Amino acid sequence: MEKLVGQRLKRKEDPKLITGNGTYVDDIKLQGMLHASVLRSPHPHAKIVSIDTTKAEDLEGVVKIYTGKDLEGKINPVPSSWLVPGANLIETKQYPLAIGTVRYVGDGVAFIVAKDRYIARDALNLIDVEYETLPSIANQKDARKEDAPQIFEEVKNNVAFTYIAGEVLDDDIEKEEVVVRESYNSQRVAPSPMETRNSLGYFNPGDGELKLYVGSQNPHIHRMVLSEVLDFPEHKLQVIVPDMGGGFGGKIGVYPDEALVAYATMDLETPVKWVEERNEHFQSANGGRDMMVDVELAGTKDGYMKALRVVNHANVGAYLATFGPGNPTIDFGLMMSGSYKIPKAQVTTYGMYTNTMSVDSYRGAGKPESTYMLERAVDEYARQIGMDPVEVRRKNFPDKDEFPFTNAQGLVYDSGDYQKPLDVALETADYEALRKEQAKLRKEGRYIGIGLASYVELSGFGPSAVAGAIGFQGGIWENSTVRVHPGGTVTVFTGTSPHGQGHDTTFTQIVADKLGIPYEDINFVFNDTKSVSMGWGTYGSRSLPVGGTAIAMACDKVIDKAMKVAVHLLEADADDVAFEKGIFYTKGNPENKKTFQEIAKAANFAWSMPEGIEPGLEEKMFYDPENFTYPFGTHLVVVEVDVETGEIEILRFIAVTDAGELINPLVVEGQVLGAIAQGVGQALWEEIQYNSKGQLLSGSFMDYTMPKARFFPKIEMKFTHTASPVNQLKAKGVAESGTTGSIASTVNAVIDALTPFDVSNIETPLTPERVWRAIQKGAKN
Amino acid sequence: MIPAKFNYVRAESVEEAISLLAKSDGEGSILAGGHSLLPLLKFRITEPGILIDISRIPGLKGVRKEENRLIIGALTTHYDVSTNELVKEHLPSLAKAASVIGDLQIRNHGTIGGNIAHADPVADYPAVAHALGAELVVHNSDGEEITPIDELVIGPLITMLSEDSIITEISIEIPPTQAKQTYLKFFHPATDYPVVGVTAIAGVNEEGVVDYVRVGVTGSSDVAYRAFEVENVLMDKKPTLQNIKEAAQAAAEDGDMGEDLFASEEYREHLTKVYVERALKEVLID
Repeated sequence: MEKLVGQRLKRKEDPKLITGNGTYVDDIKLQGMLHASVLRSPHPHAKIVSIDTTKAEDLEGVVKIYTGKDLEGKINPVPSSWLVPGANLIETKQYPLAIGTVRYVGDGVAFIVAKDRYIARDALNLIDVEYETLPSIANQKDARKEDAPQIFEEVKNNVAFTYIAGEVLDDDIEKEEVVVRESYNSQRVAPSPMETRNSLGYFNPGDGELKLYVGSQNPHIHRMVLSEVLDFPEHKLQVIVPDMGGGFGGKIGVYPDEALVAYATMDLETPVKWVEERNEHFQSANGGRDMMVDVELAGTKDGYMKALRVVNHANVGAYLATFGPGNPTIDFGLMMSGSYKIPKAQVTTYGMYTNTMSVDSYRGAGKPESTYMLERAVDEYARQIGMDPVEVRRKNFPDKDEFPFTNAQGLVYDSGDYQKPLDVALETADYEALRKEQAKLRKEGRYIGIGLASYVELSGFGPSAVAGAIGFQGGIWENSTVRVHPGGTVTVFTGTSPHGQGHDTTFTQIVADKLGIPYEDINFVFNDTKSVSMGWGTYGSRSLPVGGTAIAMACDKVIDKAMKVAVHLLEADADDVAFEKGIFYTKGNPENKKTFQEIAKAANFAWSMPEGIEPGLEEKMFYDPENFTYPFGTHLVVVEVDVETGEIEILRFIAVTDAGELINPLVVEGQVLGAIAQGVGQALWEEIQYNSKGQLLSGSFMDYTMPKARFFPKIEMKFTHTASPVNQLKAKGVAESGTTGSIASTVNAVIDALTPFDVSNIETPLTPERVWRAIQKGAKN
Repeated sequence: MIPAKFNYVRAESVEEAISLLAKSDGEGSILAGGHSLLPLLKFRITEPGILIDISRIPGLKGVRKEENRLIIGALTTHYDVSTNELVKEHLPSLAKAASVIGDLQIRNHGTIGGNIAHADPVADYPAVAHALGAELVVHNSDGEEITPIDELVIGPLITMLSEDSIITEISIEIPPTQAKQTYLKFFHPATDYPVVGVTAIAGVNEEGVVDYVRVGVTGSSDVAYRAFEVENVLMDKKPTLQNIKEAAQAAAEDGDMGEDLFASEEYREHLTKVYVERALKEVLID
């Protein structure tokens, strides 16, 4: 049987989905099911004076309306699950429905349960809420000013937390020959999965069990947190995620709406379903990014970076989201020095409450932001010292023999060879020729730009002891149970949560190679807290390096036991039996053999087991990795800017990725491709806009630009393969790399194109108007 | 994105549709392709009590030539407009505008009559319709009337048509054959609507002097318009780069620039000038 790991197999999960046989939450219909809607605040900050629900209650088909006051004392606040220590973090209470005060446009005010979805929606317009508006604020830097509106009495100057990592003194900066000082932003974006958020609750009053179908990237975290919110025991709460159409970080969070569905279904003893409308998503799904960052980068004239000091004002929204505090502190702050040997780095992050929707993890979670800020500053540094940006990068990379490499903030990068992807990118692009072409075109009044970004990111979440040290309210190990059936087919249970990534295919390749059984004989159970042991879900590019490794190790245990059974049945010495491609055989006489399937049957029947060996063939692995993994790479982007209109055309996009060993290159390429589209989306198009007071302006896809396929040239993807020493798969995780490198490389390309116009910084997204204005301003100087 | 409750009825003839509209007490809304109306329903920007579906009324589709005019049935889809031989031959600018509306699904469903009646300031057709002074054949309880395009639209999504009116045909005069035509569009990246869309139709006489020029602008202004000032500046002049540039400077004068999250008034005005200049260059120089 041919080895499957490393092969470009088509995804086995796709036929079901593309033939319409998927089952999403909204496809599930239960007997007597009711439908819910959420009345949301139209004001960024207001006192609720009164709520009159009588007209809505009179609407035929409305079953029940809950307000915040109705639920006071019945549902607990929804907590954050990442309480970063040593940061004076103040967590405020987010009740599932606002009690007394609303704090962002979209804050829940009433929850309506009705006979159908249309009635539930109509009823929203019949509830009269009297508000008394309060001063409000959306911008996180302004929110820290003395006279800024206060969002919570107990939070002075709206500072939710202050996190400082590393120390760089003024002198460390001032003594260097060159200092780059610049401010960069990473604007807020909406996760926008194709399937919006949702949940469906079913409570059986007979056995007291509550079943919740929910769009979640981490059903066990949902169970754990909702159990606390609802004061409902975990062993009676089953969280199931059926097929799910994307998450991108937006479905990590445990949301008030989900708690409301669960509560109502128990209260009414009837199934209740809620499906988020698309315009609701823009209001009430956790946003991503939203950081305003001041960077100081100091170095020598000959290109050595010496100190990096960064102040990050991170918008956390009106309440702390599930992973909210972790992104701008741990993820951003500890990775700020990126792929470079910068001896000193300090990051100060102010987590700021504002009158906006909460901010949570979003593809890359802190690393695309830190990479963007750093790679922009590196380009600016290169420009100030008159050095090619390629050379500056080369000079500051750690050598490949310096790995494991400890960065300025103390993180230990598992493995790396950073020159290599840079070389491949330059060679693929023919960098020298491109620079010549650029000079030639400029003379003709055409402006192309070449942008580079080298990145490394913290992936493969992760060692649980570290999770504890950084305030993550959970473990980040992973589990797998491999259950071998009497016929030799296998069901694998595991705690990561596929929703488009290709877990099924990738994991099948691992199991097939391990056990030497056909691809078709392997099936998975994901996303059901009743079937799957405790697991921690899918985010932080962890599913393969942590979840996949747990599966591989559980397979190893299965083989160990099967070997014992085989030795027994083959009547051989343990040393004499080998296992290869699904066959146990004696080395002396390979014809004396048992297939994996025969052993599966024998172990399950247990007619004759070796002494002390239990019947059955099923093994469980709980795997806690010793370190994170650190995928890296280089992107090289070529753009042309129409300097008359500010329009940007991407001419080439070269992405060289090192994610260690690839299990399925086709699946990996899909991940890289999508991640790049998401990063470039941030660089050029996507933006959630609030006005200064927190009124949401970009409330639909009429204003919010999702990247379209035709915006891109063919993405040129290449890979280098530096094995990770952390896990036996030698894999690093690859879901976020594309995003992490692509914001910086795209913007660097545009800025490079505009060098003749003296443009050094443009706020993202680089809309045509912003580019045009920057050119106008530059041309004037 | 759930619309308010509405009733639905399918009209078998224009007369029936008019009578249903008249009876609906202002609650009725015509449904043709639905690609403009349904989003409004879902956003609850409009909540009509009854949708009167005219999409299967016979005789409202297709293109014919009558003397020097093309007559386009209101139910002709964007795809059919963009691929129709008569349109391609005589009004290539209209074919081009139709070919860049929305996406394939929208072009297969959306209709030219619906598009124009919807009076969205960011629709593509109005650039061509204004440039060539299109006439709309309108039926209502009083019979048939002809409404010139520049009188139709009062403001965004508002027309002067009475509540029982249906546009049945669009009639456009064919420009002289020596005039070249184009439609250029700056796409809004989110919606594919034109931030600015410009039609230029122009030609020169034997002396090489511009003797026919029509310029229509859509998207950047609250209501699409014909750029008379541009035409005046360029008429009877040689189509030099300098003259075109000068004429384009007047591109925003007949419009009333709008503003949204994507583009400010100032930028729209700038884009309008750039696109008028580019469109004129394409038809007069390239």
